[in-house]
Amino acid sequence: MLAVGLTIFQMLFVLAFAPLLSGIINKIKAYFQSRRGPSVLQPYRDISKYLQKETVLSEHTSWIFRITPYVYFVAILVVTLTLPILTTFGVLSFTGDLFMVIYLFALARFFLALAGLDAGSAFGGMASSREMAVSAIAEPALMLPLFTMAIAAGTSNLSGMVEQMAHGGWPALTPAHLMTFVALFVVGIAETGRIPVDNPDTHLELTMIHEGMLLEYSGKQLALLTLGVHIKQLLIFALLANIFFPWGIASPATGFQVPTLLSATLAFAAKAIGLGVVMAVIETSMAKMRLFKVPDLLMGSFLLGLLGLISHVLLRG
Amino acid sequence: MTILLFYLVLGLLLLGGLFAYSLQGKPRLSLRVGFSFAVGSAVAGTVLGIIILLTGDTVYTGAGFASLPGMNRAFLIDPLAAFFILVISLVSLAVSIFSFGYAEEYIGRHNLGMLGLLYNVFLLAMVALVASGNTFFFLFFWELMSLASYGLVVYDHRDSHVRRAGFVYIVMTHIGTLFIFLAFLLLYQTAGSFDFEHMAQFGRQLPSGFKTGIFLLVTVGFGTKAGIIPLHIWLPKAHPAAPSNVSALMSGVMLKTAIYGFIRVVMDVLGGGSAWWGILILSLGTVSALLGVMYALMQHDIKELLAYHSVENIGIILMGLGAALIFQGYGLPVLAMIGLTAALFHVLNHALFKALLFMGAGAIHHATRTRDMEKMGGLLKLMPWTGFFFLVGSISIAALPPFNGFVSEWLTFQSLLVLGSAPLSLKLNILGPVFGGALALTGALAAACFVKAFGIQFLAQPRSTQAANAKEVPRSMLVGMGILAVLCLVLGIFPSSAIQLLNPVTLHLVGYGSIQALGGYAWLNPQIPLLPNLSYHTMIAPFVLFVVLALGALLVYRVVKRLGHGGTRIDETWNCGGTLSPKMEYTATSFAKPIRIIFRRILLPKRVVETEYALGFHFTRSLKYEGAVKPFFEDILYRPARNVFLKVSGKMRLLQSGSIHLYLGYLFITLVVLLIWAR
Repeated sequence: MLAVGLTIFQMLFVLAFAPLLSGIINKIKAYFQSRRGPSVLQPYRDISKYLQKETVLSEHTSWIFRITPYVYFVAILVVTLTLPILTTFGVLSFTGDLFMVIYLFALARFFLALAGLDAGSAFGGMASSREMAVSAIAEPALMLPLFTMAIAAGTSNLSGMVEQMAHGGWPALTPAHLMTFVALFVVGIAETGRIPVDNPDTHLELTMIHEGMLLEYSGKQLALLTLGVHIKQLLIFALLANIFFPWGIASPATGFQVPTLLSATLAFAAKAIGLGVVMAVIETSMAKMRLFKVPDLLMGSFLLGLLGLISHVLLRG
Repeated sequence: MTILLFYLVLGLLLLGGLFAYSLQGKPRLSLRVGFSFAVGSAVAGTVLGIIILLTGDTVYTGAGFASLPGMNRAFLIDPLAAFFILVISLVSLAVSIFSFGYAEEYIGRHNLGMLGLLYNVFLLAMVALVASGNTFFFLFFWELMSLASYGLVVYDHRDSHVRRAGFVYIVMTHIGTLFIFLAFLLLYQTAGSFDFEHMAQFGRQLPSGFKTGIFLLVTVGFGTKAGIIPLHIWLPKAHPAAPSNVSALMSGVMLKTAIYGFIRVVMDVLGGGSAWWGILILSLGTVSALLGVMYALMQHDIKELLAYHSVENIGIILMGLGAALIFQGYGLPVLAMIGLTAALFHVLNHALFKALLFMGAGAIHHATRTRDMEKMGGLLKLMPWTGFFFLVGSISIAALPPFNGFVSEWLTFQSLLVLGSAPLSLKLNILGPVFGGALALTGALAAACFVKAFGIQFLAQPRSTQAANAKEVPRSMLVGMGILAVLCLVLGIFPSSAIQLLNPVTLHLVGYGSIQALGGYAWLNPQIPLLPNLSYHTMIAPFVLFVVLALGALLVYRVVKRLGHGGTRIDETWNCGGTLSPKMEYTATSFAKPIRIIFRRILLPKRVVETEYALGFHFTRSLKYEGAVKPFFEDILYRPARNVFLKVSGKMRLLQSGSIHLYLGYLFITLVVLLIWAR
């Protein structure tokens, strides 16, 4: 019963916090660019605005286009239920396997890419093609650091990995962890569609990747997809924050009193905002890369992940 | 009792073939009779396979009609053979039902009696081959299978491309058979018997050099049939040439008989070997998987694309097998069990979704008369059921949950992760996860490839009149595809049902049953004694996942329906104010372009652009664009080999001058030499 309650609490927190995080990142970016920027609540206003609007469907689309927002959102939502974000003691934590999480993201992406092709415009097709290419080369760079962490923890269950790290304290943080963290952070930039891989602010046809696939969406469908994208960003941050710096997370060892949960929530929010600040700094200080330079960046991140793996194997003792 | 069932399987196929052939004067009747017998035999085969796998018994026939020296068992069906009979039967059940509708397009064009005969003989040869108790029978049915499938590949023989594909196929398959022959003769020489059972007693005590020799011979021999790179060149030629129901069988099942032969010889007869065998197989598998999927992305003929995906999936199967061999070499049977279970489960899964996809390609060809993806588009609205089944196949092959491909890929990932943490050498600890990274890349590229395959063919607007006039295929074809689509989902949600069936197989081969460490009702949970015991076991619960996904979708749908108050309007696609035409859509070639550029050093693309100008430099009259990927292995491996062969043959021709006097002279010289030497 406790586990069910914790899972629902975690899900509600994610639904409420994810748009705020995007708002905060945008505000920080605006600060660095000497702008006032929109309010941190703007993402909520956008979503509620989309919900009020009429849905316009292209005449060429099929049912794939109509079910995609639901498939995308539900896949992301299920990841929210299984991932250790505030607590490792969720009712579905036992099946929160890292491969399952990554492949649920892939399921969401698969349908979104199909929807991009469905309306028959060149923009959607171009975005789908680029998204699948970038995500394909990001995949090994994403998996290798996670493998290293799974091997270090002795399980590929994410809650297990997080608990293992949380019990270890400072000595658990080895050079291997730092290298894999940086490697995973670079992939995190690609997965959340941020500069220098993609630009979340642009609607300029030739530069966008992710936005192009959403181009034909409107109304409620767009609201669902936009919220899904905010949540996905938060989940990637949760992977980064909790696997490497899980301190503060509520686990059976810490108990589940209200103050513990409160501090776990605050600790996670602080970590997520911290990562958001770094993202905002990177986005402000860099330009978007040419599409065909992205493989070099991801290759670098893969090699860093490999170094992390080697150092883990060698220093294991 | 079960042995009678086995005779029933073979008997029905034999009768089906003969009846179909004798009724060739009445094509429609011949078609129905031939495929009905195949369906009956497939049902019997499914029951047979499940009975043997559930009881774990081994069934055999005595020497009886095979009274040659060194042969005590004509047929021997142990759990391994039963598993492959099950795979063959499940796929042939669906494909035979599909064929009722599909083969009608050949009425009046080709001899349907011949199709019925070859089809049934092909199935018979595959079942008999995996049930063979000795190498003699094995090779006989192996050859029968190759010849029957050759006959089916060149069925549409009026097309010169088809004849050429058939030629490449038959040459390559015989090169492979040669190596298998050699391996079996070597085994016979030491064991003194053709029986697999008998050989298995001697095989394990053979000197290691000898074992290695046999291992390498069967790797090349069976590797040719399985289509591992660089022995794969026949595969993307033969699969598109054959009728689609035959391609479904060849890709779904025939390639698996090579995996069966490899497992039979290497794991059963030889009982595994040193760890480097596993590393070799793992590396071959990784290269095949990666290059297979990359080449697949470059194809725009749907059947060629699927053929390259067979290369990829055979690679994934070999990755699991390679991991199993490594663990076996280190004497870790529990871990070897995980790799073997992953490989065998993927054998079943690939058979199901690949046969489904090939049938889908056949259905599209049936409706549009083309295999060129660039001419399709918008088919989902015209062929809703075919589209739906093709989507199921695409999601399964892209290894996305909650379908079956995900589960076997998860098991393969787990065996590679354990390579990284088990007490092996440091090199292997590092290599294991790197191979895992390669598998991750393969999976993501496969997903990209099937976004392309499904999206370009079924979505947006039709790109040609053929596609615009497509109609849904007859019901029998839909039933055939539907059976496999349902199985893909069922095995994805209840993988432990398949794991349970694999229990006697792994128990027999590595001495450790799969259910002991993997199992539970609806989840997979490798409780590996070597790893630390944590509060969280490594596990996935596909059924729970499926229920949560379904309930979540329902909940979200309900909630979103209530929120807001905007209606829905149908309008045109935004196109910067211009009118949208199908020519503006992304094509299969353009979809794959970023990947072609990223991997240009591997794929070696070339393009030719010819522009014809009307007046000056600014007025283009016509533009011709040609793009292709360099056939790397043909160029560096096969063309030089063929040239050497032709050169040697040219020299040999000097002996054959055509003069009868010279030939009489050869005879005389031979006679004299023999008289002197063999005095």
